[in-house]
Amino acid sequence: MELTTWLNELLSDNLIFTPQTLGYYWEGLVTTTQLVFLSLLAGLVLAVPLAIGRSSGKRWISLPIYAYTYVFRGTPLLIQLYIIYYGVVFFDGIQETFLWPMLREAFYPALIAFTLNTAAYTTEIFRGAIKATPRGEIEAARAYGMSQALMMRRIILPSAFRRALPAYGNEVIFMLHASAIASVVTLMDLTGAARFVYARFYAPFEAFLFVAVIYLCLTFAILYLFRYLEKRLLAHLKPA
Amino acid sequence: MKKLLTISLLGAAMVAGTAQARDYDHVRFGVDVPYEPMEYRTPEGELTGFDIDLGNALCAEMGVTCEWIEQEWDGIIPGLLARNYDAIMSSMSINDERRQTVLFSDSYITIPGAWFAPAGSSLEEISEESLAGKSIGVQRGTTYDNYATDAYGSLATINRYSTADDMVLDLEAQRLDIVFLEFVVGQSTLLDNDDGDYRVVGEMVTEPEEYFGEGFGIAFRQRDTALAERFNEALATLKEDGTYDEIFQRYFGDE
Amino acid sequence: MLDLHGYGPRLLEGAGVTLQLAILSLILALVLGLLAASAKMSRNWLLHKTATLYTTIIRGVPDLVLMLLLFFGGQMALNAVTDLIYDHTGVDLFINLNAFAAGVLTIGFIFGAYMCETFRGAFLAVEHGQIEAGKAYGMSNWLVFRRIRFPQMMRHALPGLSNNWMVLLKTTALVSIIGLTDMVRVAAEASRATHEPFTFLIPVAAIYLLIASASEWAFARLQKRYDVGFGEH
Repeated sequence: MELTTWLNELLSDNLIFTPQTLGYYWEGLVTTTQLVFLSLLAGLVLAVPLAIGRSSGKRWISLPIYAYTYVFRGTPLLIQLYIIYYGVVFFDGIQETFLWPMLREAFYPALIAFTLNTAAYTTEIFRGAIKATPRGEIEAARAYGMSQALMMRRIILPSAFRRALPAYGNEVIFMLHASAIASVVTLMDLTGAARFVYARFYAPFEAFLFVAVIYLCLTFAILYLFRYLEKRLLAHLKPA
Repeated sequence: MKKLLTISLLGAAMVAGTAQARDYDHVRFGVDVPYEPMEYRTPEGELTGFDIDLGNALCAEMGVTCEWIEQEWDGIIPGLLARNYDAIMSSMSINDERRQTVLFSDSYITIPGAWFAPAGSSLEEISEESLAGKSIGVQRGTTYDNYATDAYGSLATINRYSTADDMVLDLEAQRLDIVFLEFVVGQSTLLDNDDGDYRVVGEMVTEPEEYFGEGFGIAFRQRDTALAERFNEALATLKEDGTYDEIFQRYFGDE
Repeated sequence: MLDLHGYGPRLLEGAGVTLQLAILSLILALVLGLLAASAKMSRNWLLHKTATLYTTIIRGVPDLVLMLLLFFGGQMALNAVTDLIYDHTGVDLFINLNAFAAGVLTIGFIFGAYMCETFRGAFLAVEHGQIEAGKAYGMSNWLVFRRIRFPQMMRHALPGLSNNWMVLLKTTALVSIIGLTDMVRVAAEASRATHEPFTFLIPVAAIYLLIASASEWAFARLQKRYDVGFGEH
């Protein structure tokens, strides 16, 4: 009770940070978190088989995957987002299909674009980690008579995941920052909320500095989470 | 290497401009295009519209030259404060929120807002019940955005766009159920261009007063009171000598 | 053939803007990066702290937010200063940040922070013994820098520089959001007007790929040059 009166008093003299605008920032935080979390999750699920395929000796498997990662890593995410957001509309009759209720919202086209983008980067991160598997580990597994599939599951992937952790942490932060463009397709993410507040009150400093601080906090949270994970999972690699 | 150096010097030259006197013999207007028929380009690329013609006539009356600089709506007031131009003449509604930041001329026209929906839409009237759960399109930072947000923001989705073009595209794509904008603009982009695909929902919107009541004005930086006064005098003259009516007829003929 | 509905020349112009923007910001970023890296390695406490603050904040906030802040806020701050000068001294300064200059400054400022980390890591990777050897030969500090530290640092820095350049190139697309007419903006505008998004967006994506591939090739050549004497690695 006291907290709310305190908050109301604090906000009473403030024209910009009203309960309404703070509500927008809060909704923006929720949207950004959902968007980033879901696209990272889906990207991760896609990236594991793609990375295995990309490491394959068979060129008809590895080449198409390479083409995909090359295109998605070589072009701006903004263009990918535009192509998907504006593009889906121009498939004839899409409005009549069961997919439309989802594609109609800006959220899902953005989610698709972000997922495809992060999957491409993550695939390359994992491929690098798979490639760096020490030969000794593979030879030991072969000596145990493990099949290719079992070796992948038991030996190569677990050790590759650990090696990929620092690079993947960077990718997570990169994705958080990249998600700021969601507001160009009308999504009210954190940046969208800031642009709304800015356009309504013509107050760039208040609107954007506030949101910058939120992003900074999120970035640090991710950074510390990955540092903790690295400490836990990579402890055996540290010199004693 | 030498070539690179010249390019970067060019960049530096763009940053530092020249000193500009504060009594104007040349006025630069900021304008958000396209917003037919208020301000838009003909297919040949020529800038035209009610605001443009009236603005040019005002400049001629005042004996100053003028220039039009395009700027998207959500940056238009900051651009004025940033002195990218000296005045905004771009269908800007006069209201108290904006008065805190800019100085307005007298109102030069009053145009109602209106809601537009696809012809086949089930929407028959504008109310909290009918709009609940719908997607409403507005241009970010406009009076229409402010009003829709305050009145229906809690029960409908408000999609905000940088340009009117974006918004119309999403309406055509059926991403939006309804859009809210100036009547004359919706009329020329949605009613006249398409064969009965869209219609107006509900009444023309001229209330509440605090959002729509005061009509459109030319916006200036707050310290430019002398300039605003010169525009007000010129506007009064044009209204008396018939020039204003002639421009009005050109764009809104029979209304 | 591809029908660009008359937008072809404007798209090309936009591509020119993108390239100029990318190259100028790269130069600014390299300068800022070297300065910040020196500050970070300096023994001066204040310099060190300032550089650390700079790199931490820039790398913690999205490019777009920084761009919006600097583009919309920067000019307002500038005006507040010039207005103050005008009120007190009557001197009328007029400094105008156009969208292009704001884009160059912002992107250069952002990537300066990333370049700083790359340079710092690379300087630290140069073996200390080599520097001492140079000094033992009676080389001056400047000569040691020019002949030993800089070329060796570049060898270590190139992969990072190449990576930063690729990210910078893609970041230029964001200036279309703050209103600069680069090729992304022309393409978006044309897709809306003609209702053919693929016709414009895919060629623009291809131009980005082309520039990226060309840069990759150029960096590989450079790396070869700086790797002379170090064999394969």
